[in-house]
Amino acid sequence: MTRPDRPLSPFMIGPYYRPQLTSMTSIAHRITGALLAIGLIGWVVWLHALAWGTPTAITGSTLSRLVLLLFSVGAFYHLANGIRHLFWDAGKGLSIPAAYRSGWTVVALTGLFAVAASFYLFEVIR
Amino acid sequence: MPQFRLPKNSRIVPGKDHPAPSAAKRTRTFRIYRWNPDEGGQPRMDRYTVDLESCGPMVLDALIKIKNEIDPTLTFRRSCREGICGSCAMNIDGTNTLACTKAIDDCRSKEIPIYPLPHLPVIKDLVPDLTHFYAQYASIRPWIRTQSAPPPDRERLQSKEDRAKLDGLYECILCACCSTSCPSYWWNGDRYLGPAILLQAYRWIVDSRDEDTGARLDELEDPFRLYRCHTIMNCARTCPKGLNPAQAIAEIKKLLVQRRGT
Repeated sequence: MTRPDRPLSPFMIGPYYRPQLTSMTSIAHRITGALLAIGLIGWVVWLHALAWGTPTAITGSTLSRLVLLLFSVGAFYHLANGIRHLFWDAGKGLSIPAAYRSGWTVVALTGLFAVAASFYLFEVIR
Repeated sequence: MPQFRLPKNSRIVPGKDHPAPSAAKRTRTFRIYRWNPDEGGQPRMDRYTVDLESCGPMVLDALIKIKNEIDPTLTFRRSCREGICGSCAMNIDGTNTLACTKAIDDCRSKEIPIYPLPHLPVIKDLVPDLTHFYAQYASIRPWIRTQSAPPPDRERLQSKEDRAKLDGLYECILCACCSTSCPSYWWNGDRYLGPAILLQAYRWIVDSRDEDTGARLDELEDPFRLYRCHTIMNCARTCPKGLNPAQAIAEIKKLLVQRRGT
């Protein structure tokens, strides 16, 4: 008995629903997963360049190093949060305090990885 | 395709302002979603500033005070005022909860926003249409299903251990806070059962007296009904009774894997 002119109550995370660590790590998992799938094309291009003898194709310029950095950080986050998901699938760590602990752990590890990876890309192999 | 914007007829416009009485010293402002089916038009946000010196501590107290003293047209559901009926579930200060158990002082926003439960058709003001939610509840046939004859002289008994498995499940009051906090339910609620209904389904699956576990699991083994849960955990975060639908859903998924064997 829905009347056609009834409005839909507001729902979006951000303006109407408060963003929370658990929902943010979830959406980030999805976004990094999608971007990694697209980034794999670039990966293939790089392998192709390697095969043709230009291994600096991806580390040669600042821009390409930046792309590689984002790709690596995304991959690391997706991996770390994926491990979190494996625990959840086993029925473990689903309480809110446990989910927050694991969530902040993933965020902190990703931050550390980002620092280490940028040091390596921009200082060590420059 | 997930929907990220409100349909045209649902976009919110600014509404009326109801300032506090001039004598009031300690006040708090509420921004409340208003839509009247008799007037139609766009939903609007009315601002009400309430004198806290003459108001009870909970958000529901403020809503009742507004309705009694400022604007009798404000419409909302309420009944028990102690968190056991689930009627006053709404989106307060950015999360779904019960107005009767949410303290005004615990709200973080300067002006406390109050909306109806998210992504539902609005009947009037803070009253959403829960018809589909209840139909989904009925679809899991939430009652004991048995094949064996009951004992002739007494009820079907349960050990203390088996009864303990229902703790954290039976307390659910079906307020719909969890289901309407779930992005998966917003976008696939037509077919995804949502956290509240899945928690109820699990409540019957683990009940030692129920004899229809196989059929219950069969009914849930579906890409949409069960597997639209992506462990976003808004449900457990928002449950005003402190229950954990995400855990219950994970247990159902585990049972489905386990019964497949090796």
